[in-house]
Amino acid sequence: MEVFLAILAGALYAAGLYMLMRRSIVKLIMGLSLLGHAANLLIFTVGRVTRANPPVIGHEADMLHAPFADPLPQALILTAIVIGFGVQAFAIVLVKRAYQTVGTDDFDQMRSTDRYEDELFK
Amino acid sequence: MNILLILPILIPFITGIILILAWNNQLGQKTLSVVGASLLLATGVGLLLSVWEDGIQVVQIGNWPAPFGITLVADLLSAIMVVLAGLMSTSVIIYSLTSMDPERESFGYHPLFHILLMGICGSFLTGDIFNLYVWFEVMLISSFVLVALGGEKAQLEGGIKYVTLNLISSAIFLVAVGILYGMVGTLNMADLANQLDNAKQPGLVTTLAILFMIAFGLKAAMFPLFFWLPSSYHTPPVAVSAIFSGLLTKVGVYTLIRAFTLLFVQDVEYTHTILLVASGLTMLTGVLGAAAQNEFRRILSFHIVSQIGYMVMGLALYTPLALAGSIFYIAHHIIVKTNLFLVSGVVHRLRGSYHLKQLGGMYHLYPMLAILFLIPAFSLAGIPPLSGFWAKFVLIKAGLQQGEYAIVATALVVSLLTIFSMTKIWGEVFWKPELESSEVTENPPLSSLLHLVLPVAALAAITVMIGLFSEPLFILSTRAAEQLLNREAYIQAVLGLGVQ
Repeated sequence: MEVFLAILAGALYAAGLYMLMRRSIVKLIMGLSLLGHAANLLIFTVGRVTRANPPVIGHEADMLHAPFADPLPQALILTAIVIGFGVQAFAIVLVKRAYQTVGTDDFDQMRSTDRYEDELFK
Repeated sequence: MNILLILPILIPFITGIILILAWNNQLGQKTLSVVGASLLLATGVGLLLSVWEDGIQVVQIGNWPAPFGITLVADLLSAIMVVLAGLMSTSVIIYSLTSMDPERESFGYHPLFHILLMGICGSFLTGDIFNLYVWFEVMLISSFVLVALGGEKAQLEGGIKYVTLNLISSAIFLVAVGILYGMVGTLNMADLANQLDNAKQPGLVTTLAILFMIAFGLKAAMFPLFFWLPSSYHTPPVAVSAIFSGLLTKVGVYTLIRAFTLLFVQDVEYTHTILLVASGLTMLTGVLGAAAQNEFRRILSFHIVSQIGYMVMGLALYTPLALAGSIFYIAHHIIVKTNLFLVSGVVHRLRGSYHLKQLGGMYHLYPMLAILFLIPAFSLAGIPPLSGFWAKFVLIKAGLQQGEYAIVATALVVSLLTIFSMTKIWGEVFWKPELESSEVTENPPLSSLLHLVLPVAALAAITVMIGLFSEPLFILSTRAAEQLLNREAYIQAVLGLGVQ
């Protein structure tokens, strides 16, 4: 299971980075969200995948006994998903406004803030 | 339970909420915004005094004992940073009373500003690494909106670059936290410090250290991760640029200092050497980038990068004196850099341009403003007796003590190049005669721009004071540095007695 999840996380990273390096701003958003998913999956995997052992104390016992699934990585992922959702919503709106204002979705055209300013004042 | 630890987070939070409720009442928003920022300054000073008197302060949120709950910790460095955040926010809010346009104010400038402050103060005070991630996100999302607020073409273009690189940094940070938890099973920073020393996989600890270095280095705009800064910081209104330049990258530096004095000190030889090389290159690229620019705020933006190098240099040398120098440098830099941005805003207000070629004659028309520019500019370059001289003096002395002559030489050369940049601004904006083609005919007296000039003058006065009476701040920095290097005291304060 871990091996499969690790390969999947790696594939998500590769896809995300590939998308980030394209010139289109729409693909940038996809790349960022893939990167977020890859991060979440990686945290899930390194937090020890334990099947069919929920962290619940039974009637007879007074404390948890190993093996049990650690709920904390999942809590972290849940927080990260919520934050990622909000940030992505903002990023999509930003990209849409930028597309409308600049009139292009090509990154190579969006370099007026990096250009040597003397060109602008000729 | 020390209420002073929670107030720096609570005050901006409550101010922000009331500001959202008072959405349509602009006068009320302005008043409340000033009150909120000044209250933050006051609690910051209170917190600093309390930490100075009684040592490291700790609050366990919800009374869950560490390391299970979220812990807030204030040592001297945190307290100094909170005071500086309060000071900068108060100055910038007063400045934006007249500099911010009603359009942006009616779309939530003030609430966003205070939520940003909440994120910043939270990052300074938290003692839990995942909580730090959450505060980072609070700070980032409000800064994203502040960068783009107004929707000008340059703002949106710069905003996309700023957002993308910061989100990548967050993704790396998140993964590093996840792997860290998978390895040692705790998120409390004091407990982490304990566990990492005995970790079974020292190689993995070093890998994690580098992941954190990349994540925080991106936020701090360290070489080679600084590209988002000069392409976005000059695009929003000057009040936003000023608060960003003062506080945001310094949160990155603060977290670097925290991570590489408390958590990752197992392989100092390796990690801190990387930091040292990166700091030298940061100084150099920043200052060379600035030398090529001809726009007031872009020059200043590149100088932020260059100055980050000095702060990281102190951390990388990793001696008490060097760390004290770093902390002194941060305090000096925040005040001076914010002030320079504010001055560029005053010039823009009077002349309608940031471009050096289009400006001129300011010394003739506004000698007072010229002096108010010269103080922070010379301080940035490190000319005695201003604050920057002492900051650089301490760092260079620490470098010489360690025998790191290459970094000392770099620091000195970069200082010279900084003077070159500052005299370029001086020559073009203030000294050279006004352009004949200038369309500006009105020259309002400075006293009519009281809200703009008052914070500038106050910050310049603080710069001079730090320069003339540098000893109190130096003693404070030294004690803060000693606290940073004394990890046991931090661990003891958070985890309590009896835990080894």
